[in-house]
Formats: sequence, C-alpha cells, structure tokens
Amino acid sequence: MSTGNGNLLEVRDLRTYFHTEDGTVKAVDGVTFNLRRGETLGIVGESGSGKSVTNLSIIRLIQSPPGQIVSGEVVFDGRDILRLREDEVRRIRGRRIAMIFQDPMTSLNPFMKISRQLMEMTRLHLGYSKAQAYAHAVKMLEIVGIPDARERVDGYPHEFSGGMRQRVMIAMALSCEPELLIADEPATALDVTIQAQILELIKTLKQETGTSVILITHDLGVVAGMTDHLIVMYAGKIFEQAPTRELFAVPGNPYTNGLLRSIPDPTSARGTLYQISGLPPDVAHLPPGCPFAPRCDRAEEICSKEFPPLVEVNQDHHSLCHFALEVYAKSVAENSAVERRARQD
Amino acid sequence: MLRFIIRRLIITIPTILVVITITWGLIRLAPGNFYTGDKALPEAIEQNIREKYGLDRPWHEQYLRTMGQILRLDFGTSLRYEGKSVNEIIARSLPVSATVGILAYLLALIVGITVGSIAALKQNSKWDYASMTLAMLGISIPNFVLGPILVLFFSLTLYWLPPSRWDGFPSKSVILPVITLSAIYMAYIARLTRAGMLEVLRSDYIRTARSKGLSETQVVIRHALRGGLLPVVSYTGPALAFLLTGTVVVESLFVLPGLGKYFIQASLNRDEPLILGIVAFISMTLLTMNLLVDIAYGYLDPRIRQ
Repeated sequence: MSTGNGNLLEVRDLRTYFHTEDGTVKAVDGVTFNLRRGETLGIVGESGSGKSVTNLSIIRLIQSPPGQIVSGEVVFDGRDILRLREDEVRRIRGRRIAMIFQDPMTSLNPFMKISRQLMEMTRLHLGYSKAQAYAHAVKMLEIVGIPDARERVDGYPHEFSGGMRQRVMIAMALSCEPELLIADEPATALDVTIQAQILELIKTLKQETGTSVILITHDLGVVAGMTDHLIVMYAGKIFEQAPTRELFAVPGNPYTNGLLRSIPDPTSARGTLYQISGLPPDVAHLPPGCPFAPRCDRAEEICSKEFPPLVEVNQDHHSLCHFALEVYAKSVAENSAVERRARQD
Repeated sequence: MLRFIIRRLIITIPTILVVITITWGLIRLAPGNFYTGDKALPEAIEQNIREKYGLDRPWHEQYLRTMGQILRLDFGTSLRYEGKSVNEIIARSLPVSATVGILAYLLALIVGITVGSIAALKQNSKWDYASMTLAMLGISIPNFVLGPILVLFFSLTLYWLPPSRWDGFPSKSVILPVITLSAIYMAYIARLTRAGMLEVLRSDYIRTARSKGLSETQVVIRHALRGGLLPVVSYTGPALAFLLTGTVVVESLFVLPGLGKYFIQASLNRDEPLILGIVAFISMTLLTMNLLVDIAYGYLDPRIRQ
C-alpha cells in the first residue's frame, strides 16, 4: 500500500486553467506539495487564491469546459489520478478520497431523504444491501452526534439546521472510511459556536479513524490548532509552506506576515484591525513579476519585474519571495526577542 | 393535504363565477344578437323572440337567472343547434379534443424533456445549438403557419397523410393535428428543461453527488432530474388544460369536430348558453390542472410539503 516514503498524496506542478472570454484564468499555477499519511494539511488563502480549485483538481471534479487541468501529477497512494480512466477515478472518489464542502445548506440534495443520500455511498462503494446501508447510515449519524439519529435519518435536509447538515455531510464523507478527507471551508458558513463544534468533530474523528485531512480555509485561526503543515496560497501559487508551528512563529514571506497580522487580537490595546491594503489580483491578467508586489510593503523594484524564486529558508520551509531569507531572518530575530521577554517575565 | 385540497376547491367556485360573469358581460356588450342577420326582422317577431328568451327582462334579472342555472350545472340548450343541450355538445366534442390533446401533450413531454436534457448535458455543443435553434423555430412559428406547411408537404405533395379529416383514434388522421398542436409546447418544454437542468447541474448538491463517485448517468437521473424538471411541471399543468379542451386554430385547420370548433362557432353565432358552457368547462379544467400541479409539487419538493 505504502509508496515507501510515507506520502499518501504527492501533488507536483499542478496547473488548472479556466478558459474564459476574458482570457485564460490560471487558477492553480504550478502547485507542489506532499501529504503524509495521517497528517493534517492546512491550505489558507484569500478567496480566489486557488485553494478550492487545487482540491477539486485532486479528484478531477473540474468542470470542463471551461476548466482544464493543464499539467501536473497527483500521485495518490502511488498512482497518478490525472492519468486514470474516468471509472477508476470514480472508484477513488467517495471511497478513498471524500470531500466536505463549504455550504451545508446547499450541498445536500433537497429532494432526497438523508437516509438515501447516506446509503448511496456504502451501496455504491462497499456493495452493502439496503438493510446494511440503512443501519450504517444510522450508525454514522450517531457517530457525528446527531441526536435521535434513528428518527432523523428519514428526514429531509431542510428539516436540519446548518450545523446539523454539516454533521450529515461529515457522516456521509466518512461512511466508507476514506484515507483522505478534503474539507473545503467546512465551518465558514456556520455560526461561530457551531464552527468550533464542527472543527472539533473533524479533529476527533480524524484521531479515531487515522485518515489524512486537507483543511482549506481563509481563517488562520482555524488551522492553528488543527494542522501539522500549512500552505499559504496567493493568485494560484504557493507563497509559503512550512510546518504549522514554524509558519506561525517565523514566517518567511511578507504575505504570510500580512495574514498573521490580520488575525484579530483581543488583548491588543489598539482598537484598529490590520488589513493588507488593496485587493487580490485578477488572475486572468497577472502583471509580470510577483503577483503580490502591488500590495506588499516590502516590495522593491525587482518585485514588479521578475517572478520571485521559491527559496528554502529552513528545512521543510519554503517561501516564494525575492527577499525570503531576509524576511525569515527578521522573523527569527523578532521571535527570539519575544521568547527572551517571555522568559524574563 | 386534504384540507389544502378542500380549501383550494372552495376558492375555485368564486373564480369560475367571476370568469363567467366577465364572459356574460362581454357577450352583452358586443353589438347585435343571436337572431340578428343580414335582413332586419319584423318588429313583432323580434318582440316574440325577446320574450321567449327573457331578453325583455331587466339585465340583472337575466344575469341572476343565468347564474342560477349555471350553479345547478345546467347550461341550458344551444340557441343555434336547436334542441341540443350544451352538456350534450360538450360530451360529444370533448373526446375528439381530448384525444388529440393528450397525444400532443405526451409527444411534447417526451420529445421536449429528452431534447432539453441532452442540450443541457452537452451545453454549447452542436447538439445544444441545433436543438435550441429548432426550439426557437417551434416557438416562433405559429401553428396556423406550421399546419398548412405540413399539409402541403405530407398530404398534397407526398400523399402520405389525409389533409383534413377525422377518423378517430387510432388512425392516420391524428398525426398531422397532433404534430401541429404539440410543436410549440414541445419547444417550450425543451427550453424549460434545458434551463432547469443547467441550473441544477451547476448546483452544490450535484457537485456533492459527483464527489461521491457516482457515474454521470446516476448523477443526472437520481439527483438532477427531479429539481431540473420542477419548472416543467408548473408549465405542463395549465398546458394540459388548454390541450385537452381543444384549440380553435388546429381544430379549424384540420376540420376536427372538437370543442374548439364549437367554441368558435358559438362565438360567431352569439350562442350565449354554449359560449358560457364551454368557458365554464375550460376554466374548471384549468383550475383543476393548477390544483393537480400544486399537489404534484408537494410530492416532488419535500420543502413545500408540510
């Protein structure tokens, strides 16, 4: 089963473009990363940064036309998904790689009973009989914490609250015990209190089942406590990638710096909230050079002319920036100052 | 559900009375009378007729008498087809209209939904463009143009089908009227299906269905069709009512002894009881169909069942 190096998923130089009337949108442009078995990987970025498209590309759910996976490899358990036949991919979807989407209000079929939607998974992939699949559906609803699962399994989605629907989505995604769970902003559309519950649930179930998780979000606060590795995406490219702890402590990219400074800090004396100036770029018409340059406070002349290199600033820590090493060194210095102060207190 | 149906049926009665009142008023407002012809009648004879049919009474008396009859479902006798009751005429002509209507309805549904679904699934392909061009033509060409063209081609050139005759069902004589009648409905249903399916196919829950590993056929049949066809359902109810009760143009074109033909004859003849009878019947059918659509909606969409 194992590929030998412990990686469940290896994405190499993935490029997904959308051919629109407005030109070619390079939604994902040369993304490379690995996911180790049992690990949780966080992908953060603003809307339009390509994080969702990356993950839809992994299970080949890009609508074509207008979308097209132009190049790259998605090696899942030793096999390149992008080179499989359609029916082989279908046997992976839902069975070995399952997805949870952002909006639980619209992600379930409103015309179908919850039971049927859940049973569909195990009947399709595990060959369960109706009775087996039904029993399994009830069991899954109990696992994700739906009260009165036995009665509610025959309800329709509109009879469930947003949080409960997301629990149903999770139950559905996990019903075939997938090796990889991709959660695309699973808590964004929910109330704050429910958000925490849903994330906690994913965390617990992950620990119990040992599945690997890719967690997509635009909220750095969410990924902090949940992920082992982090990827920061911007304009279809990976800007920084590092172990979560390292990325928070010593970021090596001005964009990551900006994101980290944007997290609201309730203990801060200042009342104002930091924000990165400007808007994300139009990925159909990217300027030459670094796509973040117009918004970057570290930018120099070279940034708007030459595309930045991907620099390895530390082991397992990469940053896409002309000044990656400087930014990293500054972070390290600041961090050790903070740590010294903490020790003195 | 039962309470909903009963409530709707009760609302139906005033609706039909309003429709009949307006029709009655329009007949009275139009100049002339059923007995007026090219030659003026002698005064005495006209007086006789007016007395016989109660036309000399004040208008509100006439109105109340007519309404009283209709509430008892007695539409009286035709003024032109002497001795024939309105109910008899409807009973005899309805089967002809309904036969052609149901066949046209089925044809429109089958072809429309199939073509519309294919167009949606192969959006922006040559299939899509070809079928939508045909649908556009179907909607734009009026049936009084399409009918004669079909007759010219299939009857008068190829001698395959009779141009205008009614031999009952099944017979060759139904083919041309059914096609002529269903063309516009077929085109409309194809467009509605395409639009509905396209919207559903882009929705989040279809993405979920695909991410489960279902095949495209399973996704479409199990998950997309039901939501995609809802707009078609709300259209086909009233459409069926109009198809069943006959269409004036197609029945005149092919000389079918259906309800539509009698309706236009009655209007030309100023045959008040027959006009009111047919109008009442058509509105009842229409309201029933709307009610059936609402009930069907409840079954198709669990969100509005309650």
